[in-house]
Amino acid sequence: MNTTILLFLLQDGVTNGAIYALLGLALVLVFAVTRVILIPQGEFVTYGALSYAMLATGQVPGTVRLAVAMGIVAFGLDLFFARKALRARLVLRSAALNIAFPIALLAVTYAVAGPKTPIAVNIALSLLIVAAIGLFLYRIAFQPIAHTSVLVLLIASVGCHLALQGLGLVFFGAEGLRGPALSNVALTAGPLRFTGQSLAVYGLTIAFIIALWLFFGYSKTGKALRATAVNRLGARLVGIRTTLSGQIAFLLASVIGAISGILIVPITTLYYDTGFLIGLKGFIAAIIGGLVSYPLTAVAAILVGIVEAFSSFYASNFKEVIVFTLILPVLVLRSLAAPAVEEEKD
Amino acid sequence: MTQRLPLVIFAIVIAVIPFIPGIPPFWIVLLDNIGLAALVAMGLVLLTGVGGLTSFGQAAFCGFGAYTTAVLTTAYGVSPWLTLPASLLVSGIAAVLLGIVTVRLSGHYLPLGTIAWGIGLFYLFSKLEFLGRNDGISGIPPLSIGGFRMLSPDTIYYAIWIAVLIAAILTMNLLDSRTGRAIRALRRGHVAAEAFGVQTPRAKLLVFIYAAVLAGLSGWLYAHFQRAANPTPFGAQAGIEYLFIAVVGGAGYVWGAVLGAGIVVILKEVLQSYLPYIFGGQSQLETIVFGIMLVLLLQLAPSGVWPWLMSRLPFKPARKTPDTSLKLPARGRAPATSGVLLHIEKARKQFGGVVAVNDVSFEVNAREIVALIGPNGAGKSTTFNLITGVLTATSGKIFVLGKEVENAPPQEVVKLGVSRTFQHVKLVPDMTVLENVAIGAHLRGSSGAISSMLRLDRADEARLLAEAARQIERVGLSDQIDQLAGSLSLGQQRIVEIARALCVDPMLLLLDEPAAGLRHLEKQRLAALLRQLRDGGMSVLLVEHDMGFVMDLADRIVVLDFGTKIAEGTPAAIKANPDVIKAYLGAAA
Repeated sequence: MNTTILLFLLQDGVTNGAIYALLGLALVLVFAVTRVILIPQGEFVTYGALSYAMLATGQVPGTVRLAVAMGIVAFGLDLFFARKALRARLVLRSAALNIAFPIALLAVTYAVAGPKTPIAVNIALSLLIVAAIGLFLYRIAFQPIAHTSVLVLLIASVGCHLALQGLGLVFFGAEGLRGPALSNVALTAGPLRFTGQSLAVYGLTIAFIIALWLFFGYSKTGKALRATAVNRLGARLVGIRTTLSGQIAFLLASVIGAISGILIVPITTLYYDTGFLIGLKGFIAAIIGGLVSYPLTAVAAILVGIVEAFSSFYASNFKEVIVFTLILPVLVLRSLAAPAVEEEKD
Repeated sequence: MTQRLPLVIFAIVIAVIPFIPGIPPFWIVLLDNIGLAALVAMGLVLLTGVGGLTSFGQAAFCGFGAYTTAVLTTAYGVSPWLTLPASLLVSGIAAVLLGIVTVRLSGHYLPLGTIAWGIGLFYLFSKLEFLGRNDGISGIPPLSIGGFRMLSPDTIYYAIWIAVLIAAILTMNLLDSRTGRAIRALRRGHVAAEAFGVQTPRAKLLVFIYAAVLAGLSGWLYAHFQRAANPTPFGAQAGIEYLFIAVVGGAGYVWGAVLGAGIVVILKEVLQSYLPYIFGGQSQLETIVFGIMLVLLLQLAPSGVWPWLMSRLPFKPARKTPDTSLKLPARGRAPATSGVLLHIEKARKQFGGVVAVNDVSFEVNAREIVALIGPNGAGKSTTFNLITGVLTATSGKIFVLGKEVENAPPQEVVKLGVSRTFQHVKLVPDMTVLENVAIGAHLRGSSGAISSMLRLDRADEARLLAEAARQIERVGLSDQIDQLAGSLSLGQQRIVEIARALCVDPMLLLLDEPAAGLRHLEKQRLAALLRQLRDGGMSVLLVEHDMGFVMDLADRIVVLDFGTKIAEGTPAAIKANPDVIKAYLGAAA
């Protein structure tokens, strides 16, 4: 093997790894706040990417209708749970968030959708649509069972993944889609060519890592979010609004997922079910990071990306096998390093 | 044999179904699929519902079973029946290898780990040349007895359902045994089980292997039913579906697996055939409905359909009453008639910078009740955890009967005749008082998993239950013997813990706040029981906050404050000790 191939593989690995890092960060974020292991993270990726790709061809993606439908269900749940003390302000706020916002989104999407819509508008719309879905997903599926064990939340998470992936097929069809590039800038350094796309991937990943690390480590809101994860009741007693924390976490995760999707859809063709595998690789990174550490997750994600790039070069048939078995030695080391602690369950 | 009656009826119904005139052949295919899924789900019931270990990777074990027979029968021409042990063995060995790695994982790492290797194995199946890559292996011979070949769905039907029934019987037998109680205690954390000698890692590995072997059996049957094997049914999606089946049926119930398989397989069929009519020809619509239903189910009925159904039955299944005349031989041990039982020498425990126990030394003699008192946070429970091996001491030595314990694990400490109760009650709430107490006698039985499944353990089991019943009678809870431990008051649960500790046949009993939550009369009864135990030759070391109770009962008192021993002596001397008064009431003005 010569240096050029080595460099190419490394570059490829780092670019993919950066995407896994973004997803890994989102997973850590959601887990740290809500204890939900967010399997549907991959669907946020495909929803963001394919909504963007469809908007770019001038079509209205089905995801925006899903956002409206989920908003209506979320509003119904809000009304149902507040039925003992219905106050006008509460109802109005809920209606604004769950009904008015997605319907406005739907109206704007239908109004502006067309082959000539600027890329920036399409990106903004895709992000908003996925953000709304993420927010409502928490309200509908997880908020009612927020107090249960990690396991119950995990199974619910798998349920959400199944439903969202199935809906993805309905919205986007079985054919893969590719989106237009965000910019056509390109830099050349030795044998390597850096496209504006991959530079955007690096830049955004680094920005998110630093931002999340600062936010959770140093800001009051960030600490409040972490407190929610450790002890919901305790957090509520000191005045933290735990449902709001969960909503913020899902909002951030869905936006991060959608951004990752929009970043990669110009590079590779995405299918409605691609997100699951991409999300799982983010998982491997998140698990290596112990589901707590942002910098460690990012490093692990880059590592996963590089391992994947090299194994696809040397043993392309066994690429997935190698990447997914990578997790086993890590898990063993983790469990050896931190002997099982007694958990009070149920 | 009234307990076996529902089973016999079920078996007869299953046997008769194919003979119902006019039954559509398609229904039989569905029933075959239900049986296959039920086998896997039954393993998950034991693994997840009972043992608390969630696995999304069971489908991969089906794959091991199916591919083993596929390769052996097609490439080497081995007879299908001979491949059965091979299939079970291969899935079992795979489970040992994966289990050693994964069951050690705590909490949510375990399900994530199973997802990871589940997907990894799926890709392995679909890439290996000798497994036929994505196309798989076809032309697998059918099962046959003599000249009778099980080619059609209604002939292999019997093979499948006989397997289901046998698996159900073996699983129920296993759960209702010494090993089964150890497995059932796993879900509530390992500390309590280990305090009575249960080797929790081994118990976890055991259920993991058992679940994998059942999945392997299902895979073997599947291969001969489809007469082909390809990677698709052994992927992550299928693994998720099996877990779904177990949750729908009721993850803690053997028959929940069969019920869940029935509900899910039929539902899937209905959805697959009718949804396209309603929503146009799109595929995969059933997964949407599936996912939504899974979420709804967790919100509305998290424990599944089977327990819901059972609670609506007009009659309650009768419980067996143990024959208390059976004697369990006392544990072999050194006679402890006099002298020092427990000697603690400068025991120290630091958590980071906090010294929880600061070079504490004291002794407990034979036939003595020693109380360990002190304000909250004095290090009393930590001292207990050091003695019983739950925590390892930072420095210092602990001797039992003159022999140094040297940071032995809890399972070894209990063998020395030291048993304990917990400050925060650690019972299995959905097991009866009798079953909970019988865990205490774990080390005094010897039957393993295989003999339990085959019901060869009954003599051993009867003696264990008799001993448990005797100890329950001794602490005065005979009326509650068949109630679920979770339904008792907190005070009564503490007494159950004492009975469980007595089942060890200990020479030293460590009681952590036994009188908390008891009423006055109950405290008097407890004090009388402890005195009676002491007079019978047992020693007691107890932590307690009720000073009246302690002063009346203890022969000697050790006082801790901020991890340090500040006084030791008779109750009268302690009452007059100025340091003790200062520690409890603050400095005198």
